[in-house]
Amino acid sequence: MSTLPECARERLNLERRAVDVRKDVVRMIGVARSGHLVSSLSIVDIMTWLYWNVLRVSPEEVSSPSRDRFVLSKGHGCPALYATLANRGFFRREELWSYRRLGAMLQGHPASTRTPGVDASSGSLGMGLGIAVGMALAGRLGKAPYRVVCLAGDGEMQEGAMWEAAMAAHHFSLSKILLIIDRNGVQMEGETEEIMGLEPLDAKLESFGWSVAHADGHDFASLGRALAQTDASGLPGAVIARTVPGHGVSFLENGSLRGKDALNRQRVEMALRELETVERTIEVSLSGEEAIS
Amino acid sequence: MTTERISTRDAYGTALLQLGERVESLVAVDADAASSTRASVFASRFPERYLNLGISEQNMVLVAAGLALCERTVFAASFASFLVGRAYEQIRDAIAIPSLPVRLVGTHGGVTVGEDGATHQMLEDIALMRLLPGMAVLCPSDHPSAVAQICAANAWKGPAYVRLGRMPLPLVYDPSDTDFHIGGARILREGDGVTICACGILIREALEAATILSQQNINAEVIDCYSISPLPSEIILSSVHRTGCCVVAEEHFLKGGLCEAVSHLLCEHYPVPVSSVAVRDFFGQSGTPEELQEYYGLTSERIVSAAFQAWTLRRRSPGVF
Repeated sequence: MSTLPECARERLNLERRAVDVRKDVVRMIGVARSGHLVSSLSIVDIMTWLYWNVLRVSPEEVSSPSRDRFVLSKGHGCPALYATLANRGFFRREELWSYRRLGAMLQGHPASTRTPGVDASSGSLGMGLGIAVGMALAGRLGKAPYRVVCLAGDGEMQEGAMWEAAMAAHHFSLSKILLIIDRNGVQMEGETEEIMGLEPLDAKLESFGWSVAHADGHDFASLGRALAQTDASGLPGAVIARTVPGHGVSFLENGSLRGKDALNRQRVEMALRELETVERTIEVSLSGEEAIS
Repeated sequence: MTTERISTRDAYGTALLQLGERVESLVAVDADAASSTRASVFASRFPERYLNLGISEQNMVLVAAGLALCERTVFAASFASFLVGRAYEQIRDAIAIPSLPVRLVGTHGGVTVGEDGATHQMLEDIALMRLLPGMAVLCPSDHPSAVAQICAANAWKGPAYVRLGRMPLPLVYDPSDTDFHIGGARILREGDGVTICACGILIREALEAATILSQQNINAEVIDCYSISPLPSEIILSSVHRTGCCVVAEEHFLKGGLCEAVSHLLCEHYPVPVSSVAVRDFFGQSGTPEELQEYYGLTSERIVSAAFQAWTLRRRSPGVF
């Protein structure tokens, strides 16, 4: 029997899932030769946590009216969504290799009409939270207690429509809405605080009537604590998740490659080797502990 | 027929009430314009299914999309300028591209809004909306047809836009008439001299023009082209094959609206002279609705002149249809 506590085992299993998703994100952008790599990698842990730990969704009941809803407002991060959905069984993993191709199920930005498990289309920034507010209002009208999660980029909080939606969520007391902000600190042309400062982001959201919690966006336990905190408030909840652009691939984390840069074949191989090393470490932690016992 | 005048925007409240009784999933969203759009009557009757999002048209459209994604039947209304102008990208990305069955209603279309002036007088809404693939675009000419067309929009599988006006108008149709559908048209007067395609407030003007033309022995055929997209192509072509010339009249910029839609149809399938009665390259301004209608030339007299112009150049060899 393993001496590994159950909670540690769960965490390691989730970390292994996240590595699988990361590897698929790197592969699919490598194959497509386009796509937003660093901003996809920054949300992989959040997506993994949501789809394996938080959202009540299932590939068997993809259209169930009572399912939780997820809106990826930062639509350019869709490789992380697609790889998560594929690994969660919503469609065949083979679909990932036709991402961005003509006629593909997986468009350059999420299209709800094409992809099983994609609840809302997105692409142009600043639209996801308003759609999420509409979904939450529908849930309340239908007395369906589902949760609506909107994952937004930090840069898109510069869009006015996000604040119109934030105002409405508070006005209608939508406690089932959760906004997660991928606070990776960068946008297309540089640092968010240099281009159009967002801080103090927490105080701004709080002044709009939201319950705000901070989290490490690469730490499942930290995300879980933040969610518990906002859930307990009875208010619309926002989690500002501090993340690292390109997280999981060291030469992407250090910022030498930015924005939309896709990887050449050699770089894809480098990234995959690094992720495989992480994967082996997780395997050792899982099985090594067993060996000791 | 009654001499009572009533605006097409009043039909929004009437239709919403009718549909609200029937369709339990119906929700009306608003951007704080309910007393102007007449959504207020629905709000009083069904307060739990009426959502005022405040002065935030972009958010109203996004909320409408979210509701529709969760199987609600959604109507979203505001002044045409603010709904179509302010929230165009939201309409395009969140409603038209995913082909969501959201019914958008733009009130206060055209110059006959009156004293509020250019910012409030939308003359390019039909152009913007008919550019969107799958978007049905309707422009009714009186209260009964507006009620019926809003109900027709509700039965449409995809997104729809209904353009309404503020100016009280006499009735064209019998109040019990409900024979309107997406892609349809109504021949209000038959004739073989000139085809007049019109919509909205220009229908009444077209009928008056037809009377004047008949005194000059030109029998005009008047078609209510209320469905601007999809266009009732067969009805228009069939008429023009008989008349050999066409006038198009609308309360909209000449660019992008019914005039261009009909001209393009005829160019492709049966080229004939086409004259237009529409607003040229000028924005609106303040004035009474009647003064503005006259100033911008949206009158029966202009239709008569246009008809003479087209008729003089008419195609004389009838085509095979």
